[in-house]
Amino acid sequence: MADSRDNPAAGQRLLMKGNSATVVGALYAGCECFFGYPITPASEIAHDASQFFPRAGRVFLQAESETAAINMLYGAAGAGRRAMTASSGPGISLMQEGFSYLAGAELPCVIVDIVRAGPGLGNIGPEQSDYNQIVKGGGHGNYANIVLAPATVQEMCDFTFDAFDWAFRWRNPVVVLADAVLGQMMETLRLPATAVRPQGEDAWAVNATPAGRGNVITSIMLDFDTLETHNRNLIAKYDRLRAAGARVEAWHTDDAELVIVAYGVCARLARSVVELARAEGLPVGLLRPQTLFPFPETELRALAEDAGRRFLVMELSNGQFQQDVRLAIECRRPVDLLCRYGGNLITVEDAMAKVRNLLGAHPPKAGRPPTVAHNAGGR
Amino acid sequence: MADTERILEARGLYATFPRKGGSAPRATHYCAGCGHGILHKLIGEALADLGLQDRAVFISPVGCTVFGYYYFDCGNIQAAHGRAPAVGTGMRRVLPHAVIVCYQGDGDLASIGMNQTFQAANRGEGMAVLFVNNAVYGMTGGQMAPTSLLGQRTVTSPRGRDPANDGYPVHACEIINQLQAPVYIERCSLADAARVQKARQAVRKALRIQAENKGYAFVEFLSPCPTNMRSDSAATTAFLIEEMEKEFPLACFRDRSREAVPRTSPQPCFDRAALDALFSEGAAAATPAPTARGVLRVKVAGFGGQGVLSLGLMLARAATQAGCTATWFPSYGPEQRGGTANCSVVIADGPIGSPVVSTTDVLLALNRPSLERFVGDVVPGGKVFYDATVGDVTLPDSLEATAVPAFELATACSAAKAANTAMLGAVAACGLAGIPRDTFRAVVGHSFAGKPAVQVLNQRVFDAACDWIDTHPRRQDAAGR
Repeated sequence: MADSRDNPAAGQRLLMKGNSATVVGALYAGCECFFGYPITPASEIAHDASQFFPRAGRVFLQAESETAAINMLYGAAGAGRRAMTASSGPGISLMQEGFSYLAGAELPCVIVDIVRAGPGLGNIGPEQSDYNQIVKGGGHGNYANIVLAPATVQEMCDFTFDAFDWAFRWRNPVVVLADAVLGQMMETLRLPATAVRPQGEDAWAVNATPAGRGNVITSIMLDFDTLETHNRNLIAKYDRLRAAGARVEAWHTDDAELVIVAYGVCARLARSVVELARAEGLPVGLLRPQTLFPFPETELRALAEDAGRRFLVMELSNGQFQQDVRLAIECRRPVDLLCRYGGNLITVEDAMAKVRNLLGAHPPKAGRPPTVAHNAGGR
Repeated sequence: MADTERILEARGLYATFPRKGGSAPRATHYCAGCGHGILHKLIGEALADLGLQDRAVFISPVGCTVFGYYYFDCGNIQAAHGRAPAVGTGMRRVLPHAVIVCYQGDGDLASIGMNQTFQAANRGEGMAVLFVNNAVYGMTGGQMAPTSLLGQRTVTSPRGRDPANDGYPVHACEIINQLQAPVYIERCSLADAARVQKARQAVRKALRIQAENKGYAFVEFLSPCPTNMRSDSAATTAFLIEEMEKEFPLACFRDRSREAVPRTSPQPCFDRAALDALFSEGAAAATPAPTARGVLRVKVAGFGGQGVLSLGLMLARAATQAGCTATWFPSYGPEQRGGTANCSVVIADGPIGSPVVSTTDVLLALNRPSLERFVGDVVPGGKVFYDATVGDVTLPDSLEATAVPAFELATACSAAKAANTAMLGAVAACGLAGIPRDTFRAVVGHSFAGKPAVQVLNQRVFDAACDWIDTHPRRQDAAGR
């Protein structure tokens, strides 16, 4: 985890867009090259990469398409170097062929997805509807991406930083799955505490050196048994990833009769809901996955032990995420869904109404709108 | 005799092919009479003779050479169909010393991968693209290729290639020759010994350009595929010479290898202090205790062009400087149409949940439609600042409303566009989240740091608005009369 607390410069607090923060995280993580194609609402990542990567002597190249970008990643990753791209739904769809090849050849790289509303061209508003194509694998074959799910601008930076470690540790593509709100919003950011100097000495790399001369990177295995073994090895790796555990944040879950499960922007909305609900005396908590693969199955299962507990999934997609929550707890408890599409967000007010409804509670007396302590004044 | 031995000796290729497996470890997987074997020998020999095997990476495409890595004694990577130039680009950009051999067939290069071919050539990527044109898809079983000749029968053009349906043969060299960046472009043939000798020279030139780091080289090879031509070796040779060469004349289209200048690459910097310097410009140097208590939700709204988003940004920046956490989220999508704009700013003493403000503590409205649209979201006891040009308006008694003559103040300072800064001055003077007035003023200075004249004007407007608030008793009456 990129911990900013020990960096003297990290005492400096910036106000930065989530998109920009991924570029900060990547450069501190020693990312050597960025290949990308513009798409709203992810374009600021390419803008900032074009500005800052060359200033740090790193490579920035605007590819001719997302198809080219993901294959440039394949080449750079094949050389054992830290490589990154960023896009949004339509561009990510174009990259799916490349995801499959990267996973098949076990190449490490980082892809940031700033999800917009779909299907098709959709619009540039926020959604989380890339969930299935990222978490379930949108390309062909038995493979999985490692998926990190930031919810703050700080995490956009820190998770992108961490993504490179995940990628090289597991030799696997890692997706930082965010949404248009996280990409476009600005928030307080502290710079990472450390800057990585990549060693570039991975034994498997095809890196134009005598040591790498005997290496080959490929995903074609004509022999059925050989390919089956390769599949088994990949699946065993994914099992080890699951066993290593998800990253998850639990907040007020211990005594919660209702646990909201949400990631990304919805987790932020849910955090406000929990604050308001607790102010009304309602036993509500939040479970926020910070990784979607590995998925926090253990944590959810533990919460589902309590027979009096129910779950509410908040997502900007049509239950794609809810299905995984249900699977994790084997449908032993009710899992309700609150969702919006098309670029619309769930409002805190609508979520509060749902929470009260599920808990059989009534809204506070009229005239007292939901609020939290604040100091508007201070003159 | 010596020449014969040299031909039989496969320099640059592995002596045996264990990656291929099977019962014939010294035989390739290519068919009898195929051109790939010849070209493989030419490439391997050139890599060995030029001493490039440690530096070379051979990209195996999709097609008959998908297993190029069985044979070439150098680094090997296999690419998706048509994407070899993109893979080579990514690799070469991070390995400036690498010799990239991008080996592609006609379907791979000129059909599915044409854009990658064209764009890599246009960028002048450091790679030797070696293009095998046999006028047919080999691996998938003899389908029509982009380079199939007019009238040529294949399994997907059984009545012969018809330009009305299938278009015309693609001339890759001629297309690449339209571009500025390539250093070397030549079309050769593998049809007979004399032509192979010329092809040998072309391969060596293309690889030497890579060794000297001079840029992009493209060599096309007309190549026999007797299996999919359903013909024998002699007939295939005749097809190459008598038919293919008419459509695809052998020529050197360009050779700038002498005058091309070796390229340099930047040295990456991984130093933390250097990165800190890149990003810490404008950062809050210290971390004071946050002035805010709890969470303050601010909505800023007005017409597009009034500086609504930057007003919100200055609020969030000031809060950050004052040790608070802050979020800023702009209005999005359809809301931006119709000329209105708004943004949400949340200021807090800790982690912030929703960055989207609906229930509002403080509303800054720069025009009447914005005031009317958002005032209903303001909590009792909340504050509303609106521009005085809104005129008569009835607001709930529970709100603390101030009509700020923002446009008037800005215009008086000869900065009519700075009404947003006037509004910020008014808010700063009245107090917001305990943020010191000087902090707001510093943020105004920083926001216009690149434009000294505008900076001075905006600070003047800010001061004028502060003075106005200080000299006018707070207008507690809801209507702002």
